[in-house]
Amino acid sequence: MRQNGPLALLFNALVITFMLAPLLVVCLVAFTPENTLSLPTTEFSLRWFEAVFVHPDFVQSFWNSLWLALASATLATLLAVPAGMAITRYNFPGRDFLNGLFLSPLIIPHLVLGVALLRLFALVGGGGSFGWLVLAHALIITPYTLRLVVAALVGFDRSAEQAALSLGASQTQMFIRVTLPMILPGVTGGWLLAFINSFDEVTMSIFVTSPSTITLPVRMYMYATESIDPLMAAVSALMVAVTALAMLILDRVYGLDRVLVGR
Amino acid sequence: MSHSRPLTPWWLTAPAFLLFTCLLLVPLLLTAVLSFNAYDPVTGVKAGEFTLEHYAHVFTDDYYYGIFWRTFWISGLVTLICIAVGAPEAYILSRMGKPWRSILLLVVLAPLLVSVVVRAFGWSLLLGPEGLVNGCLKLIGLQPVRMLYTEIAVVVALVHVMLPFMVIPVWTSLQKLDHGVENAALSLGASPFTTLRRIVLPQVLPGILSGSLIVFGLAASAFAIPGLLGGRRLKMVATVVYDEYLHELNWPLGAAIALILLVANLVVMLSYNRLLEGRYKKSLV
Repeated sequence: MRQNGPLALLFNALVITFMLAPLLVVCLVAFTPENTLSLPTTEFSLRWFEAVFVHPDFVQSFWNSLWLALASATLATLLAVPAGMAITRYNFPGRDFLNGLFLSPLIIPHLVLGVALLRLFALVGGGGSFGWLVLAHALIITPYTLRLVVAALVGFDRSAEQAALSLGASQTQMFIRVTLPMILPGVTGGWLLAFINSFDEVTMSIFVTSPSTITLPVRMYMYATESIDPLMAAVSALMVAVTALAMLILDRVYGLDRVLVGR
Repeated sequence: MSHSRPLTPWWLTAPAFLLFTCLLLVPLLLTAVLSFNAYDPVTGVKAGEFTLEHYAHVFTDDYYYGIFWRTFWISGLVTLICIAVGAPEAYILSRMGKPWRSILLLVVLAPLLVSVVVRAFGWSLLLGPEGLVNGCLKLIGLQPVRMLYTEIAVVVALVHVMLPFMVIPVWTSLQKLDHGVENAALSLGASPFTTLRRIVLPQVLPGILSGSLIVFGLAASAFAIPGLLGGRRLKMVATVVYDEYLHELNWPLGAAIALILLVANLVVMLSYNRLLEGRYKKSLV
């Protein structure tokens, strides 16, 4: 008696269609041979993808986004691993406060963060530089890495660590040779999730990028508010492809279902 | 060993704490100060001069009142639709057989990881005057409906973006469900509907509540969807803040609106959380 009736299956089919429709239509329109936004009816054409690769703004923004996501995900992981160790393994005053603080970018609207960072950069100078952008992105993606690192550390069997120590390993050796390999799926999963979130971020970035550091989503947002042509569809399809690739790797190293719904 | 070094946890958290202090706490504080700074359209922000004018302006001007009201009802409507669609969908998925169950769950949740700009653009293709939806309406002999740059497009796209945030908590609470209880109710003669209402629903209610809180909060502060699908006319709080900052250049007023949004968001989330903890503490653990 745990079967779905025909009505339930129909409902399910409609929801799945609803969730996939905008992504599918973007990917199809990207292959149009026409000059207008239309579904390819006669043939598939790659002309709009070619147009993307010779469009200097989009190419530059793509590299900006890629380097930014790589740098900020790495920084966020470097911050989250020690912080996660402290939060799961020590009981110290202020622990709950720090945990709440490190997770707070999840509930503070990105718009507010963007506005706040814009104010900071206006006062200290250097707004829109790549370095500031890396720090700003690291801030908003640290919660994702922290959560996966903490999840990896919570079910951790510490007897292997104690064995290493009693066999004469130093704390550093123990961390590098024993602890890190054991939490590695959580760390790499967190890094990838952070990478995806940085690569996709638009709301905060739109406030803190300068013309030379505009990221791909921000460039697309600005392009879409001014003109709409199949070029936008081709860029979107490429975004979907990059995200899908990252998701595939994430699924291999950590499990997409574990990232999205926990266990 | 963890007790012999009381400073270790602070060393370990220090780098992250430094980043969060410099790029979160200090900027928020600066923005709060900015929102009380006097502003002159000609000379700009007057540091050192303080006023409540911007908050008074937001609370008394019909324009801002209208925008806050629109943001509130759109977020509320999106939350209701997400409950009505997301909760049954999670339930249906949880009853599916082995391969489909996890495949379809991923199909529903994976769009979460695709940039919101791409999804907004996808909806503008579907809902435009020559889009697929209007094409289908024409096929079955109906009049085309103007959807793009209206509330319809914003609500539809927001539901698309927010639905995973409803499915995830409902799914999580469904995983904790003991199917023995469901079967017991059925074998004692309860109809499937009664079982659903009296056995399943009470147990997934915490999931639905925490899902609605996330959905409402995210919808109320959404920027890219109203920005791309609402057009120039249909403003929500986030797009107005953007205008004040980058077009009107009235930063103090923008800061005041952003902070009102932040406080409203935190109040909704935290009071809802309190409510959840009070009523459902047991089922949440």
